[in-house]
Amino acid sequence: MPWHRKDLITLEELSLDEINQIHATAAAFKKILGRSVKKVPALRGKTIVNLFLEPSTRTRLSFDMAAKRLSADVISFDAAASSTTKGETLRDTAENIRALGADMIVIRHAASGSPLYLSKILDIPVVNAGDGAHAHPTQGLLDTFTMREHLGDLRDRKIVILGDILFSRVARSNIHALIKFGANVTLVGPSTLVPHWFTDLGVEVSHDLRSALADAEVVMLLRIQHERQGGAHFPSLGEYTGMFGLNKTRASWLNPRALIMHPGPINRGVEIDNDLADGPNSVILEQVTNGIAVRMAVLYLCSGGQPENVIGTSD
Amino acid sequence: MPSLWIQNARIIDPASKRDATGDLCVNDAGKIVPSLSAAAKKRARKIDAAGLVACPGLVDIHVHFREPGQTHKETIATGSRAAAAGGFATVVCMPNTTPPADNAGTIQAIKDAAARDAVVRVYPTGCITAGMKGQSLAPIGSLKRAGVVAITDDGDCVQSNQLMRSAVEYAKMFDLPVMDHCQDHALTQGAVMNEGVMSTRLGLRGWPHAAEDIIVSRNVILSHYTGAHIHCQHISSKYSVELIRRAKSRGVRVTAEATPHHIALTDKALASYDTHFKMNPPVRTEEDRLAIIEGLRDGAIDIIATDHAPHTDYEKDREFDFAPNGIIGLETALPVVLDVLVRRSRFKLPKLIDLMTRRPAELLKLNAGVLAEGAPADICLFDPAEKWVYDAKAGQSKSANSPWHNQTLTGRVKTTIVGGRIVFDNGRIK
Repeated sequence: MPWHRKDLITLEELSLDEINQIHATAAAFKKILGRSVKKVPALRGKTIVNLFLEPSTRTRLSFDMAAKRLSADVISFDAAASSTTKGETLRDTAENIRALGADMIVIRHAASGSPLYLSKILDIPVVNAGDGAHAHPTQGLLDTFTMREHLGDLRDRKIVILGDILFSRVARSNIHALIKFGANVTLVGPSTLVPHWFTDLGVEVSHDLRSALADAEVVMLLRIQHERQGGAHFPSLGEYTGMFGLNKTRASWLNPRALIMHPGPINRGVEIDNDLADGPNSVILEQVTNGIAVRMAVLYLCSGGQPENVIGTSD
Repeated sequence: MPSLWIQNARIIDPASKRDATGDLCVNDAGKIVPSLSAAAKKRARKIDAAGLVACPGLVDIHVHFREPGQTHKETIATGSRAAAAGGFATVVCMPNTTPPADNAGTIQAIKDAAARDAVVRVYPTGCITAGMKGQSLAPIGSLKRAGVVAITDDGDCVQSNQLMRSAVEYAKMFDLPVMDHCQDHALTQGAVMNEGVMSTRLGLRGWPHAAEDIIVSRNVILSHYTGAHIHCQHISSKYSVELIRRAKSRGVRVTAEATPHHIALTDKALASYDTHFKMNPPVRTEEDRLAIIEGLRDGAIDIIATDHAPHTDYEKDREFDFAPNGIIGLETALPVVLDVLVRRSRFKLPKLIDLMTRRPAELLKLNAGVLAEGAPADICLFDPAEKWVYDAKAGQSKSANSPWHNQTLTGRVKTTIVGGRIVFDNGRIK
């Protein structure tokens, strides 16, 4: 099936077939990453602008790396030194970048909906690298890609997302993807950070850690985002850790082969104990590596590439 | 000024319970009269109103005209033209101007501009608190003397219960209603839409209806305690409607208004982050919307008001979080409520007109909203069945921030008459 989308804004709007296409393309690109020459000419001559208007380290590096592996020219936008600090609007900034000849924009923005807004303004592809608490589609894609590598079919698998769900774009994107794969998703955390509204997305909501973790095959931890909360959603980090932090005892409630995942950055000792973050069930660093392959796939497909044409992917 | 002889209209005047086809006459002094003499009829301007409804000029007690200070969005001149195009003969403008209308001088400036530039009747309100800062009372007595018809910190809400108590007690001395934008700030920090399933899905910060309900409750309690009249503006939540209904049944002097957008829209409209659906309070759920309609039906909510809030296109054209709240509404109010209330909710047309004429006028004791003999001839003529496509950019307002832009609406204002003078006729300001 050919790829038709110009932009990647959310996973909610993608069909299961489209997610499978991205995963298949990412699998092909992942093979390239294992070679001594980790580069293909798929986007040679194209210029990708990383418009990161909110702080980011790993996502920006990952998009940078993915674009370079595809031979694109990459320009990273430094928000702190940009015209946006002088009051320039997002529309003007984006239209200027387009006028300079950019072929694609990867945007991260603290305001939900900004990538969709930009995609309606621009005739070039817009890839969402995270918008507010709304969506982080490439993270959802790399997380589910990693789960499928380990578990195969995700249908009826019990997957727990634990922590600050309310402010998490990662949780939302994973929920949309996992529901399409037929997984059973349980959200767990303090009631102030896991509101009941989420059940409308087709997931379970629980505040009982033990029953939520029982026999789960994946537990995905989320960072406690102090900077977004603007108020007291729970008494203290210490209390959070005491009630909801993943430690050895609680990890024993999981399926023994359960994957431990985290989109990073990790607050060690807060949402997860050190031993578990670095333990045998942790796939946290695999997620990082898979992120490059998934982002290569997204950049490639949105710039007009077709899944069946991924070049140089033979073993 | 020529006399007017409006012929063959369906005349609806809720104050006199009149609903019949006939003629409506206006003498050369701009007053409603039972008939004109034969000689006067010969000289009168005749208006064939067959198929049209003639009702009192509409009354809107909640508009933002942005003058002084933000005249790039609207002026009293352009706002009054938008009002005329929407069938409104009387409007009450909010004091959250720049600077805020918290002193007699600014009120006088607004009145002067209205006298000079407005094509409809424009009444000012004054602030409850100095500078709308919520810290100390504005000079409410001086504001009354300067001509305000109510006080309000609209756009903001007095958070201190003690200060609000003082405000309503003090204003009661001048028989001045206190209008309140009901919003608990602590519960709505950073909020940009209704809190619920849609805000969860969209990842936008939610404005829980509890933040409105708490302040409505506060106002009910203060009104009961002091005997003062508190008017709750733009009610958006089901529970608030119920609170007001119960308070009224106990005789508490609380009144309330609903806007066309809260009657017509829900938060599902925000799915594409269109900032033309961003307002404060936010549009809420279908359950809330239906409760507001029931409130209008049984009297829990007293009136309809637009909360006409102009913003320029470049201010609205940005990330949802950063766009200002508010939409314009004067030119679309009548067709929108005709559709929702009369066509879809089986309100009788006289009932709807009552909610937009006599009752808002009575609420603020304005000399408007009736077609009684001797009353100022403020008249709205509209075709309840005409379909038309609303082009916000071609409207009379200086701004075009409307969710109904490019929508087909049913019901169109043809002529607006203020004090016997035709100020709007067939799409043009006179």
